[in-house]
Amino acid sequence: MIPAPFDYYAPNSLAEALTLLQQHGDDAKILAGGHSLLPAMKLRLASPAILIDINKISELRGIKVNGTVEIGALTTWSAIEQDAALAKACPVMAEAVSLIGDIQVRNRGTIGGSLAHADPAADMPAVVLALDAHIHVEGPNGPRTIAATDFFTDMLSTALEPGEIITSITFNSLGPGEGAAYAKFPHPASRYAIVGAAAYVKMENGQVTACRVAITGAGPKAERQPAVEQALIGTDGNADAIAAAAAHAGEGMDMLGDIHASEEYRRAMCKVYTKRALLKAVERAR
Amino acid sequence: MTATEMKERLVGRALKRREDPKLITGHGNYLDDIKLPGMLHIALVRSPYAHAKIVSIDASKALAMPGVVAVFTGKDMLDINPMPAAWQAAGVKNYPVPPRALAVDKVALVGDPVAMVVAENRYIARDAADAVEVEYEPLPAVVDARKAVEPGAPQIHEAAPNNIVFEWECGNKAAADAAIASAEVVVKEEIINQRLIPTPMETRGSIARYDAATGEWTVWMTSQAPHVHRLLLTAFVFGVPETKLRCIAPNVGGGFGQKIFCYNDMAFTMWAARKLGRPVKFVEDRSENYKYSTHGRDHITEAELAGTRDGKITGLRVKTWANIGAYFSTVAAGIPTTLYGRIITGVYKIPAAYVHVTGAYTNTAMVDAYRGAGRPEASYLIERMVDRFAAEIGMDPAEVRRKNFIQPEDFPYDNGLGLLPYDSGNYEPALNKALEIAGYAEFRKQQAELRKQGRYLGIGISSYVEICGIAPSAWMGGQGWGAGLWESANVRVHLTGKVVVTTGSLPHGQGLETTFAQIVADELGVPIDDVEIQWGDTQGTPFGYGTYGSRSLAVGGVAIKRSVDKIKEKARKLAAHLLEANEADIVFENGRAYVRGSPDKAKTIGELAAAAAVAYNLPPGMEPFLDETSYYDPPNCTFPFGTHVSIVEVDPETGHVKLLRYIAVDDCGNQINPMIVEGQIHGGIAQGLAQALYEGAVYNEDGQLLTGTLMDYAVPTAAMVPHIETDHTVTPSPVNPLGVKGAGEAGTIASAQCVMNAIIDALAPFGVKHLQMPATPERIWKAIHGSK
Repeated sequence: MIPAPFDYYAPNSLAEALTLLQQHGDDAKILAGGHSLLPAMKLRLASPAILIDINKISELRGIKVNGTVEIGALTTWSAIEQDAALAKACPVMAEAVSLIGDIQVRNRGTIGGSLAHADPAADMPAVVLALDAHIHVEGPNGPRTIAATDFFTDMLSTALEPGEIITSITFNSLGPGEGAAYAKFPHPASRYAIVGAAAYVKMENGQVTACRVAITGAGPKAERQPAVEQALIGTDGNADAIAAAAAHAGEGMDMLGDIHASEEYRRAMCKVYTKRALLKAVERAR
Repeated sequence: MTATEMKERLVGRALKRREDPKLITGHGNYLDDIKLPGMLHIALVRSPYAHAKIVSIDASKALAMPGVVAVFTGKDMLDINPMPAAWQAAGVKNYPVPPRALAVDKVALVGDPVAMVVAENRYIARDAADAVEVEYEPLPAVVDARKAVEPGAPQIHEAAPNNIVFEWECGNKAAADAAIASAEVVVKEEIINQRLIPTPMETRGSIARYDAATGEWTVWMTSQAPHVHRLLLTAFVFGVPETKLRCIAPNVGGGFGQKIFCYNDMAFTMWAARKLGRPVKFVEDRSENYKYSTHGRDHITEAELAGTRDGKITGLRVKTWANIGAYFSTVAAGIPTTLYGRIITGVYKIPAAYVHVTGAYTNTAMVDAYRGAGRPEASYLIERMVDRFAAEIGMDPAEVRRKNFIQPEDFPYDNGLGLLPYDSGNYEPALNKALEIAGYAEFRKQQAELRKQGRYLGIGISSYVEICGIAPSAWMGGQGWGAGLWESANVRVHLTGKVVVTTGSLPHGQGLETTFAQIVADELGVPIDDVEIQWGDTQGTPFGYGTYGSRSLAVGGVAIKRSVDKIKEKARKLAAHLLEANEADIVFENGRAYVRGSPDKAKTIGELAAAAAVAYNLPPGMEPFLDETSYYDPPNCTFPFGTHVSIVEVDPETGHVKLLRYIAVDDCGNQINPMIVEGQIHGGIAQGLAQALYEGAVYNEDGQLLTGTLMDYAVPTAAMVPHIETDHTVTPSPVNPLGVKGAGEAGTIASAQCVMNAIIDALAPFGVKHLQMPATPERIWKAIHGSK
C-alpha cells in the first residue's frame, strides 16, 4: 500500500531518459503505464531507488499503418484497441488487447511496458511471437532490433540490455490468405492468462503454407510451438488436421502449476486453446 | 385533497435510494477521509509466521527514525483486557481465546500484530515498521479444522486443549441414528463449505481521540454496531464507565458481517491516544484486511440423509468441523451453532435430525459472520443432500422437494432443532413459480436433446428458508449471546413539522435511509423529504444493536413504526383537545387528525406539532413536544423463504461454466421498497454464485494465505454476474406489524447450491454426484476426465 521512498524523474526526451538510465543503472526503473511496477512497489516486492517516468516522451507514442505496422512503445492498450487502421491491418491485435485486464488497465497499460516486463501470463508476448514482430530498442550503443522470437528469455527476463528502452514494435499487416487469432483462458481474479494461445496461418491454394503458434500463461515465458506449426503446414487446415496439430501444443515446455491451475491442467488447456485459436485463424485466412 | 382521498402511499413503491447520490459521486465521508489536527498514524509489525514464539522485539532502529513518535508491543498493553467473546456456543463449555490488542509472547496466524509504530504520517510509520526487528521461534502450524482437533496436532492455545473451542449438538441423535440404520436409502457425502473473504470495498480501521481533561474518548470506526462496540470496549476491554466513550461510524463502505466485530485496532488506537495525548489513526490496507480481518464459512461436514425409495426424507445426521481461526472473534461461536444447526432441515419436514459441531482453532484468520452467517452453510448442505438423494432414487429433484415441504397448515412450525417456530410460509408456490419462469419441463427435453450433441446443460433448484430479525432477547440469551437483540428508535416532530428519526440501526449500503423514510412519511402523512433519518453516533442515537442478520427492517423498522404510533396517539389526544371533541372520535389519517364524520374539521400533523412545541394550549397533564422512543423486542424471528433456479452449460473440453439463466423467487413478506429488495437480492446472489464458481481463501500447510490479494482471490465483477430474473411471492410475517421478514442475506443463502446443483446436474452423464466449491474449470475438468 505504501511504497518505500524513491526519487522520481520525468524526462522530456528519449535521449534524456537514456542518460538518466545510464547514470542510475540498476537502481532505476522505467515507469510507463505502471500497472505491474506500482503494485509491486506498493507491496514492497520491488523498491527501486529511482523511477524514470517516460510518459512525457511523446515520440514513443502512436500507431502507423503502411503495409507494415509500427506501434510506439508508450501506446496504451486502449489506443491499440480503438485504432481503425490497425483493426483492418491486423485484427488480432484488437482481439487480444480487448482481453487484457479491464478498461482502467487498458487506459494506462502500454505495449512496451508489458513486453519489457515479460510477465509469463501477459497476453502480448504470445501475440508478437505469432505475428513474428520485431522489437526496436534504443540504448547507450544506439538503436537495435530484436526479433520477438529472441526477445523473451525466461520468466520476467528479456533480451533487453541494461540501459536500453523499447521504442517501438513492428510487424507486417495481414494480407489475403492470412489469418490470426488469440484464444484466452483468463484467471477470474487477475484476468491474466492461465493459458493464452496466439495463432497465425497463411493459406495458399487451400493449403496451409505458413503457421506460427505461441502460448503464454502456461510456462515461465511465452513460447513458439514448432511441433504444432510443423504438423499443420501442408495440411488443408480442416478441423481434424487442426486438432491433430494442436495435440502437440506444450510439447517440450515447462509448465507452471499453482492453486489456480495445475501443471496437468495447463498442459491440457494448451491443446484446447491452441486448437481454438487455430480454428479461428484458418477461418479468417480462408 | 379531502380527508377521504388517500395520499399516495410510499410503502410498496420503488423509490430511488436517497442516500446514493452523495455516495456515488464521491461525497461520502468514510473513515480514511477523516483528518484530525495533530493526528498520528499507525503501522503494524505483523508476523510472517502462522505460529511462532516471539523471542525478542528490537525497535531501536525504528525509534531513531525522524517522525517516529513511539513503538509499542503487546506487553505494553497488558493493562487492558482481550477482546470480548460475546456469543459462545449455548449449553456447552466454551474455550474462548479472543485476541489481545497486540500479540503477547506468541503469534497464532500470519499477520498477527506484534508491534505498532506510531508516527507523524503513514509513510514514516510504514518505513519504520520495516525497521522493527522481531526474532521468532517458528512452531508447527495447522490450518484445517478437522486435523486441528486430531491427537498430535500443533497446540495453539494453552487454554484450549486439543484446539477445541466447543463441541455442540442439537436435534435427536438416537432418532437420527435409528432413521439412518433402518432406511431404505442412505446417501452420504463429505461437503466442504470453503473459506471466504468478505471483501467490503472499504477496509477497516479506527481513529481514537482522548481528552485528558475529561477522561473521554471519541472513536471513529468502520462499524456495523457502534453502540455494541462502545459497550464492549468500555465495560469489558478498558474497564471504564461506558459514558467515557463516544463511538461514531461515519459512512461505512460495506461490511457483509466483517464490521460487526470488536477488533484489536479499536483498542490499540484508544490505548495509544490516551498514552500519547494525540489522536491516532489506523486504516488497514487490503493485504492486512485479507490476512487479519475476519473470514467467513470454512466448514468440513460429513452428512448422511435417509429416505424411502418413493422420495420421503426420514432422517438427517450431520457432523461438522467449523474452523474458528486463530482466535475467538466476537460472535464466532454463534454462527456454526444456533444459526446453522438449528435450521439444518431447511424447508423440509424431516422427522429425525441431529447435528454435531466441533469448533476448532487453527493458524488462520478468525472466522465469524459473513453475509448469511450459518444459514448459507445449512442451506447449502440440505439442498445438496436433497439433490443427491433425488439422483440416488432417480426422482425429479423438484418432486422430492414437493414431497417433503413443510405445508402451509403446519405453520407455526417447530422443526425440533431448538428454534422458535417458523412464523409463516408457503413453499410450493415459490417453487412452482420459479420452475414456470424457467420453463422446467421444456428445459428437461432440450437438455436431453443437447446431450446427444455433446452439449452439457444443467438445471439447479434451491428452495431455502432462513432466519432473520433474530429475537427475542430472552431466547437469544439462552442461545449463548451475551446481551439482548432488540432495536430502538426515537421519532420527533419538530415545531416546523420536520420529522427527525434517530435509530440504533447502522445503515451501510442497504438503502435503509430510504426504506425507513417511506414508512415514516406514510404513517405521519408528511412528504418524504420532511423525514430525516440519523444514525451512527452513540451520542444522539438511542442504544441499538446495529445492522446485520437482515434485522434492520424487521426489528429496527418496527421500532420506528412503534415510535410513530405513539406520536400519532399523542397527536390524536392533542387534536381532540384543540377541536373540542371526544378523543375516541378523532381519526388520524393522511397526516390529519379530524372528528369522525367531519373530515374538513381537521388539524394537520404540522399544526399539531407546532401546538405541541409551543405548548400554549395543551390538555391537562400533557407534556410538550411530539417526541417518542420505542425499544422493540420481537416475539420471534422471521423466516423468509423462496426458490432459486439456475441453468448452466458446462464446456466439457475446459470445464468452464456458463450461467445461462438465474431465476430468483423470494418471499420476504411485505416489501417496503421493491427496488431495494431486488438490489439486495442481486447483490446477495452475486456473492453466493461467486462462492459456487470463483471465491475460496486458500492457506498452504504452513499457514500462508495464498489468496492474499485481489489478483488471486476472485471477487466477481459485474461482467461475471448474469442477468438475474427476479420475482416474488408475498407471505406477510405475523411476527411484526409491518409484516416484513428481511431481504439482506436471502440472495446469498439461496444461490451457492442453486448453481452447484445445476453444474452437478449438467455433469450427470459423467457420473458426477458431488463437487466441492468453488467449481473451478479445473475441478470440473478433472471430474469429467479423471486425473492422471
